[in-house]
Amino acid sequence: MATLTNSTALRRKARRERLRTLGFLSPWLVGFSVFFGYPLIATVYFSFMHYNQIEAPTFVGLRNWRYVLEQMPLFGPALWNTLWLVVVMVALRVVFGLGIGLLVTRIKSGVGFFRTAFYLPYLAPPVAATVAFVFLLNPGTGPVNDILGKVGIDAPNWFNDPAWAKPSLVLLSLWGIGDLMVIFMAALLDVPRDQYEAAELDGAGAFHKFRYVTWPSITPIVMFAVVTGVVQTMQYYTQALVAGKLASGVSIGPGTVIQPGYPDHSTLTVPQLVYSLGFQNFNTGAACVLSLVLFAIAMAVTTLLMRRRAGLLSAED
Amino acid sequence: MTATTALSAPSAPVRPAAGRSPAPAARRRAVLRWIAVHAVAVAAALFFVLPFVFVFLTSVMSDDQAMSGTLWPTEWHWSNYAEVFTTPGFLDWWRNSLMYAGLGTLCTVCSSVPVAYALAKFRFRGRRTAMMLVISTMMLPPQVIVIPMYLVWAQQLHLSGSLWPLIIPMAFGDAYSIFLLRQFLLTIPREYLESAKVDGCGEIGTLLRIVVPMAKPGIAAVALFQFFYCWNDYFGPQIYAAQNPGAWTLSYGLESFKSAHSVNWNLTMAATLLVMAPVIIVFFFAQKAFVEGVTLTGVKG
Repeated sequence: MATLTNSTALRRKARRERLRTLGFLSPWLVGFSVFFGYPLIATVYFSFMHYNQIEAPTFVGLRNWRYVLEQMPLFGPALWNTLWLVVVMVALRVVFGLGIGLLVTRIKSGVGFFRTAFYLPYLAPPVAATVAFVFLLNPGTGPVNDILGKVGIDAPNWFNDPAWAKPSLVLLSLWGIGDLMVIFMAALLDVPRDQYEAAELDGAGAFHKFRYVTWPSITPIVMFAVVTGVVQTMQYYTQALVAGKLASGVSIGPGTVIQPGYPDHSTLTVPQLVYSLGFQNFNTGAACVLSLVLFAIAMAVTTLLMRRRAGLLSAED
Repeated sequence: MTATTALSAPSAPVRPAAGRSPAPAARRRAVLRWIAVHAVAVAAALFFVLPFVFVFLTSVMSDDQAMSGTLWPTEWHWSNYAEVFTTPGFLDWWRNSLMYAGLGTLCTVCSSVPVAYALAKFRFRGRRTAMMLVISTMMLPPQVIVIPMYLVWAQQLHLSGSLWPLIIPMAFGDAYSIFLLRQFLLTIPREYLESAKVDGCGEIGTLLRIVVPMAKPGIAAVALFQFFYCWNDYFGPQIYAAQNPGAWTLSYGLESFKSAHSVNWNLTMAATLLVMAPVIIVFFFAQKAFVEGVTLTGVKG
């Protein structure tokens, strides 16, 4: 008898705990299903439909997929630009961020000033930063080419030259390196001091100390920076769009339909193409196909992150 | 140490190395290294600071001068800032940005704290999976799901042309905030929570009276990040607010501001600084919480 009431009490307690957990998780459970699960399924559905957002959708099988992957003239450039940015921007950001992080840990005087100076640009709203850089690098009126000209350097046309437009975007993103600097700085300060001393006793120089002491200790953070950087750059949108629009000099407001990617599609990224297909050309099916391509690449990277963990889930308890 | 001393410092220690009788080799190496490090730091600082300086200088130039490519303003036109404010729509953009960022932050914090708490402290089956799903959504480009979401908001709920389609979802948890808060809550010892329960505190009481006060720095960091996210967001307002200029935010409006003033780089730079200003002011007041938050996402796993 006693054991029976005991077990019902236990069961009741377990039920209460389950309800409690569900209660606390409910905002996310609703959000996840409504704002993630539903649209993801709907995107797959629309990718097989012809839908112009006015007439009812009609099933067209794989036609959207074939169109995007085989015929769409802008798919190649957009994918190339996105991958170019993913490789070059992420690599340079990590190297530069690590360099600035190392520099900050070695500064003896004025640390506060330097840290703030390196960090502030990260906070500048992307649109504002882009507008500022389009002005600064403007070949005609911008101060940068003015100064470069005075010291006798034949400056490029930056955002107005297809060969320089992407490097200009990279420059802009290196300016906003503050977040990586903080992360790397914290990781570098966490490297055990005594290991450096031990390495010094063994006669290790600066390079060997970095290679055998610093690097092994910060690899998880570098990995974290690379993976989050890749995912962020897959979404690269605002800066490329605003820079292209402003540099083209077309005097029109947002919402006006223009071909993105000025000059010569050199700044056209996959997310921009999604927007342009879905919200300017009303080719919902093709836009959804492109979304799913983006999703597949992002998912592959995330899975890699999960496997390597990169410190994300290491502190389970 | 102040900015001026930091910037002028590198020239000072040259004297002992050059003037006096030769110092021990180690000392000289240390001095040389000091000079090298600070010279690089000053060069790097110029790269980060000069854009702000040029933008500011241009913002107070006359129309003609801003076009001419000169660096230093001959006359200081502070009235450019007043002119930006009188541009039609600019004040509306401020109001909309504040509403989006303010309500968005409030909704995010209120909905994400309980979720993060459950993920950090409750033991239940599937919480590892739940955590993985949270991180997956964090990694998902917003463009992947935007088309069906837009269709729902525009065609079923008739809310496009406003910022509500951006604010309302934030009342249902935000993956990034949940992740960051969970990392923070993991550091709260279980004993605190258990003793609260022994003292007769319910689960909600424990959350409000023990967890929230202890997690204040984490909550502050999440609130700041979300505020900045909303303030800086361009994609969201472009999708939902584009067709109604009355709902534009500063970040979105700034680009049209430039288009409307196609030749006035001075006004555009003034507007650009006005869009940056709140973020930078908030940062100076809440530096610690902000830097802690960034560190927490990357380092403390």
